[in-house]
Amino acid sequence: MTHPVIEAKELTQTYAVRRGLFRAPASLQAVSHVSFTVEAGKTLAVVGESGCGKSTLARMATLIEAPTSGALTLDGLDAIHPPSSEKRRLRRTVQMVFQNPYGSLNPRKRVGAILEEPLLINTSLSKPERTEKARAMMARVGLRPEHYSRYPHMFSGGQRQRIAIARSLILSPKLLVADEPVSALDVSIQAQVLNLLADLQDELQLAYLFISHDLGVVRHIAHDVMVMYLGHAIEHGPKHAVFARPLHPYTQALLASTPRVTTEKRERIVLRGELPSPLDPPKGCVFSTRCPHVTDLCRAERPPIRQLDQRLIACHYAEQFLAEAA
Amino acid sequence: MPLLEIKNLSVEFPTSSGTLKAVDRVSMTLDEGEILGVVGESGSGKSVTMLALMGLVAYPGKITADRLMFDGRDLLAMSDRERRKLTGKDVAMIFQEPSTSLNPCFTIGFQIIETLRKHEGMDKKTARHRAIELLEQVGIPAPESRMKAYPHQLSGGMNQRVMIAMAIACNPRLLIADEPTTALDVTIQAQILDLLMSLQRDRGMALVLITHNMGVVAETAQRIMVMYAGQIMEERKVASLFEAPQHPYSAALLAALPERSEGEHRLATIPGMVPGLHDRPKGCLFGPRCAYATDHSRQVQPELRPWQDGQIRCHYPLGDPQRDAMRAAGDSRLVSTEPTP
Repeated sequence: MTHPVIEAKELTQTYAVRRGLFRAPASLQAVSHVSFTVEAGKTLAVVGESGCGKSTLARMATLIEAPTSGALTLDGLDAIHPPSSEKRRLRRTVQMVFQNPYGSLNPRKRVGAILEEPLLINTSLSKPERTEKARAMMARVGLRPEHYSRYPHMFSGGQRQRIAIARSLILSPKLLVADEPVSALDVSIQAQVLNLLADLQDELQLAYLFISHDLGVVRHIAHDVMVMYLGHAIEHGPKHAVFARPLHPYTQALLASTPRVTTEKRERIVLRGELPSPLDPPKGCVFSTRCPHVTDLCRAERPPIRQLDQRLIACHYAEQFLAEAA
Repeated sequence: MPLLEIKNLSVEFPTSSGTLKAVDRVSMTLDEGEILGVVGESGSGKSVTMLALMGLVAYPGKITADRLMFDGRDLLAMSDRERRKLTGKDVAMIFQEPSTSLNPCFTIGFQIIETLRKHEGMDKKTARHRAIELLEQVGIPAPESRMKAYPHQLSGGMNQRVMIAMAIACNPRLLIADEPTTALDVTIQAQILDLLMSLQRDRGMALVLITHNMGVVAETAQRIMVMYAGQIMEERKVASLFEAPQHPYSAALLAALPERSEGEHRLATIPGMVPGLHDRPKGCLFGPRCAYATDHSRQVQPELRPWQDGQIRCHYPLGDPQRDAMRAAGDSRLVSTEPTP
């Protein structure tokens, strides 16, 4: 009866953007027909540049926002129209860790109070039970007992991120949505937090939706990778397939333009131009304005996402790239 | 003669609870047309070192140095007036956050023209001409019309191009780029790095690239300087440092990179934290976190000394042939055991 922890089908989020008093509001499709599943103990990494819709996707997965259309199932339950008796349970199955640990912790609360608040709201545990749970969780994420009565400002970035992780796990969620959890941290601290996330996943069989722009981190932590561009998933598949043989020109460029610590020279693909405005996306393939292999077909027709070589891909010429690579 | 020569540069900030040593006896040289990458974690003093060189450390920060020479001129003996003439002209700097280092109240054209008129004494018309030319050089499409744009009307990548145009306006001999691509997306980062490299090549200017991204250094710089808690830990040629780091800190930093541990389930980490104002160790500053620390290195701070193709601040560099001999002989100074990889 293993069902995935999260299953999204054709998720779409459209925002109305006001453009002043006398112009009709424009509609902005932040996420467009994105489908994915994550199973227990697995990590799906979502990569893409700013404005590609990855944070909107996180907001939908954590039920902060309802999608405009599409279906979302969390732990076997319909998350968009849940039965009212299950609403509370549903909220507890998914938790989030934010990018900036300096902004996501209440500066006026002690660590203990921060960790106990979710229990206070969601459970009927007594005060001593809550304290015990909070202390156990602190030990689990590598915080010392004396940290219980300290304030967030007394901690370094890495420790704050540990507090944020502890808070997100205290209700025993099944899915953890992590929005750039290590990008504000230094390399050595980043490694500690990534190891902690990996340990917790092994131990608690957590599913991670890991949002990042750092391909080095993604390559390390992910099982599956989904590359997004302008609201569309353009390549989505197992990590080893996508990294070993990227088929979409955007994925190729992304991999090639990430600086790597090697002294051997490698070919760089430098993309020209910038992300087009999501208010006025290209008519054909979303990547056609910057793609080095663009043709008239790409400009006229949006490629459908389809299965090829272990992955899903949205490019007219994917078969050709695959043949060339082989 | 090197373009830049720094000897024992220190920067201190008095705080209510004692003096903070932000930069501690940094010595380095930079040749004409050379690219130096400066890496380190936050608080390692990499930015403050360069701000001190630019004369941008504000009161109450205190700068001391044995020698601070740029192009044969002594920066320490210079009057503030002379110093200002140099800063922004022969030595230029670009910063991390392009959208906040440009003045939001003026058009980008105005800001570039201001630089040109101040330093080069150009008249309005020539300066305008030159500004358009510069915008074109840094790859801004339709530069004529962009002259009238305000910083908020441009994207981060475009603003960084404007910053670069302003920095190279007076043909600097040395360009200092402080995290120039950190706030930008990967594909835009590649564009900006490419631009910096081609400008550096064409003009033969020296470039100091401050970054925390090892990959950026590996792909651009010739020499690399690793800083920790205000001190230079190791400074060598890029290729040799990435191949065989000599300082335990550089080695640990490289090992902690996710891409260096491909296929492994856990990353190598450096235990502990950077020492703060009050827990600065007596001996080597990296000592408390070092896997190879000994009683000797915990008591006596190592001096910066020449090592292989650069310099190092460590008693027992990893590639020291004596190191193995000492261990074989059971030297008491080298008692701690190496962790198994």
